[in-house]
Amino acid sequence: MALYVEQVTKKFGDFTAVDNLSLSIEEGGMHGFLGANGAGKTTTFRMILGLLDPTQGTVRWKGKPITYASSPDIGYLPEERGLYPKMKVEDQLVYLAQLRKMSKTDAKRETAGWLERFEVPHYGQKKVEELSKGNQQKIQLIASLLHKPSLLILDEPFSGLDPVNVEMLKKAILDFQKQGATIVFSSHRMDHVEELCDDMSILDRGKVVVGGSIKEVKRSFGKQKVRLNVDADLSHLSALPGVENFTKTKEGALFQVTDEEVAQVLLAKAMELGTLRHFALEEPSLEEIFIAKVGKHHA
Amino acid sequence: MHSFWIIFKQAFMTKARTKSFIITTLVVVAAFFLLANISNIIAVFDGDETEENVLHVLEEAPGLVPDLQAQLEALDSGIQVVPTYLTEEELQESIAEGTIDDYLVLTQNEQLSARYVSESANEMGSGSEIEIAVQAIHTALTAESLGLDDNQVGQLFMPVEFERQAISESSKSQEELSQARGLVYVLIMLIYVAVIYYPNMIAMEVATEKSSRVMEILISSVSPVKHMFAKIAGIGSLGILQMMIFGLAGYFAIKTAGTDLTEGFFSVMGFSEVKISTFLFAILFFLLGYFLYAVLAALLGSLVSRTEDVQQLMLPMMVLIIIASLIAFSGISIPEARYVTISSFIPFFAPLVMFLRVGMLDLPLWEPLLSIAIMLVTIGILGWFGARVYRGGVLMYGSSQSLKDIRKAIRLGNSK
Repeated sequence: MALYVEQVTKKFGDFTAVDNLSLSIEEGGMHGFLGANGAGKTTTFRMILGLLDPTQGTVRWKGKPITYASSPDIGYLPEERGLYPKMKVEDQLVYLAQLRKMSKTDAKRETAGWLERFEVPHYGQKKVEELSKGNQQKIQLIASLLHKPSLLILDEPFSGLDPVNVEMLKKAILDFQKQGATIVFSSHRMDHVEELCDDMSILDRGKVVVGGSIKEVKRSFGKQKVRLNVDADLSHLSALPGVENFTKTKEGALFQVTDEEVAQVLLAKAMELGTLRHFALEEPSLEEIFIAKVGKHHA
Repeated sequence: MHSFWIIFKQAFMTKARTKSFIITTLVVVAAFFLLANISNIIAVFDGDETEENVLHVLEEAPGLVPDLQAQLEALDSGIQVVPTYLTEEELQESIAEGTIDDYLVLTQNEQLSARYVSESANEMGSGSEIEIAVQAIHTALTAESLGLDDNQVGQLFMPVEFERQAISESSKSQEELSQARGLVYVLIMLIYVAVIYYPNMIAMEVATEKSSRVMEILISSVSPVKHMFAKIAGIGSLGILQMMIFGLAGYFAIKTAGTDLTEGFFSVMGFSEVKISTFLFAILFFLLGYFLYAVLAALLGSLVSRTEDVQQLMLPMMVLIIIASLIAFSGISIPEARYVTISSFIPFFAPLVMFLRVGMLDLPLWEPLLSIAIMLVTIGILGWFGARVYRGGVLMYGSSQSLKDIRKAIRLGNSK
C-alpha cells in the first residue's frame, strides 16, 4: 500500500472531527472520498498532508510520514481555491512549482503544455482575477500537478464547473493517474466518484461508514432493484419474502430486493401475470447507498 | 534553503514591482531634490522682481557707506551696500512696487543713528546683521572721538572667552551635541517610518495570502515558519534597498544643490564630522527594530481572514511604536532623563530610544550591547511564539478578529 492511514483521530477541543479513520490506497490507485459538509474530509486531507497532526494514529506515504521533505512528491488542490489574484498565471504556476522544488525552466515548459491542453494558452500572461471561476479552477488544478507529484490530493476538484470543463478535468486527472500517480479526491457528486474511482469511502461525522472497492460496496449493500414492465397489477408481489420496497411506475413496477434470488422469483411470478416487456436488475447507485447510510442523520 | 530563497525573491520582487512602491520611492527622491534646491527655485521666480541682497542707504551724513560695506562683509552677510540719492517718499514707493526690498537711513548728529525700513516686519530678520554692522561703526567712531589708539580699540573689542563644559562623562560637549542632534533626529525619523511601513507591508502580505486562500497551498509546500521568515527577510531587504536609495538621493540632492545650504546643512546635521558609529548603530537598530516588529506583524497578520481587518489588529502594535517615538523625540532635548534611560532597555522601545542615547551621549559600550542583547532575545522568543501562532493562524478562518484568537491559533498550531 502506498498511502496508509491508520486509525487516525483528530480532535479540536471536545469536538472530534475525524474518528478512528483507517484507509489504504495502492500505488497508482484512485480513491474517492464522499461525505456531507463537515464530515471530516478536509481535516483528513490536512492530516495526510501533514498540515495538521493527528491526535492519534499515523499516516504513512510509501512507509514514511509525510513531511516537508516529501513536498516535491505531493500535490494538493484545496477546497477553498487559492491563488494570488494579482499575479500573472504563468508567474504564479512557476512560483508554486518552484516551491515544490521543480526547476524554473521545467516549470515554464510544463505550464505552457498544460495551458495548451486546457485550451487556454493565452492565459499565461493574464492576472488570475481576470479569469472566470471555471478557468481559475483549471489553473488551480495545474498548480496541484505541475510538478508531477506521485500523490495528488484533490478536495472537490469539480465543484462549480460546467459539464464541458468537468469532462476536460476528469480526463486530465485520469491521464495523470495513468502516468502512475496515486490520487485521492473528495466530492459531493457520487457520479464522479463512481466514474473515476476504484475505491471509495463514505465519511459521516468523522467516521468511515462505508469503504472499499466500489464493486464490493455495491454488492455488500444487499439491495438491488428489479424493474418490471408488465401490463398487470403487481402490487401483491410486494408481499413476497425478500422484497423490501415496492414502487408503482407508469410502465409497471420497481422492486427493491435483498438479493438476486428474489429477483428470479419476481421474474417468474410476473411472467405468469401478463406479457413481460422489460426486465432489469439494477445495481444500487452510490447515491442511494450514500443516502441510505448517511442521509438519515441529515433528514 | 532552496525554497527559502524562492519565497525571499518572490516577496522582494513582487513588492519592488508594485506601482505604489515605485511611486513612493520616486516621490520621496523627487522631494529631496526639490527641498535641497528650494532656494534656487525661489530665486528663479523672484529673480526678476527685486535685486537680491542690495541695501539702499540714504545718507544724511555721507562717507559711511564704505565702512558699512566693510562691516557687513566681515559679518559674511553678503549684503551689497548702494548709496541712493532718492528721497524717502520715492524709496517707499519703490518698496511698495517691489523693485527694492528695504533701505537704511543713516543720520549722524551727536551720535550715529539708523532707521531700517522694509515692506513688512517679516523681513526685519535681515535687519539684525545691519544693526550689528551699524553698532560696530558707532563703536569705532566713539573710540576715535575718545582718542583711543588702535591697540586700545583692539583690546576693547577682544571677545571674551566663553566655553561651555559639561562635567558628566557621558555628556558630549555642547558643540558635539548640537551637531549630533540633527543627524540623530533624521535617523530616528527614518527608523520610525521604517518600523511602521515595512512590518505593515508584511501584515498586509500575510493577510492577502490568507484571504486569497493561497496560503494553504503555500504551507503544504513549505513549512509556515520558513515561509514567515523568508517573507520577513525579503521585505526587510527591500526596506534596506529603499532606505539606501533615500540616503543616496538625500546626499546627492544636497551635494548637487550648490547653494549656501550645502555647507550649512552638512555642519548642522553633523555630516561634516561623519560619525561612522552613529550610522552603524542606525543600521543595526533599524534592522533589529524591523525584525522585532515584522515578526509581531506577521503573527498578527496570520490571525485575520480578511485584509480589511488587518489595521484593527495592528493597532496595539502601532501604539507601541508611537509611544517609542514620543519617548525618542522628547528625549532628543533631554537624552539623560531617567525615563529615557529605562525605556532604552525595553525591547519594543529600544530601537528608537537606545539609538537616541547612543547618538546623543557617549555611552559605555555595554549599554547598547545589553539593549541589543535584550532585543535579540525578544526577537528569538517572539519568533518562536510567532511561528507557533502563525502555523495555526494561517489555517484558521473565522469572523472574529481579536487577540483572543492567538490562543486558538496556538492550540491549532500545537496539535500540528
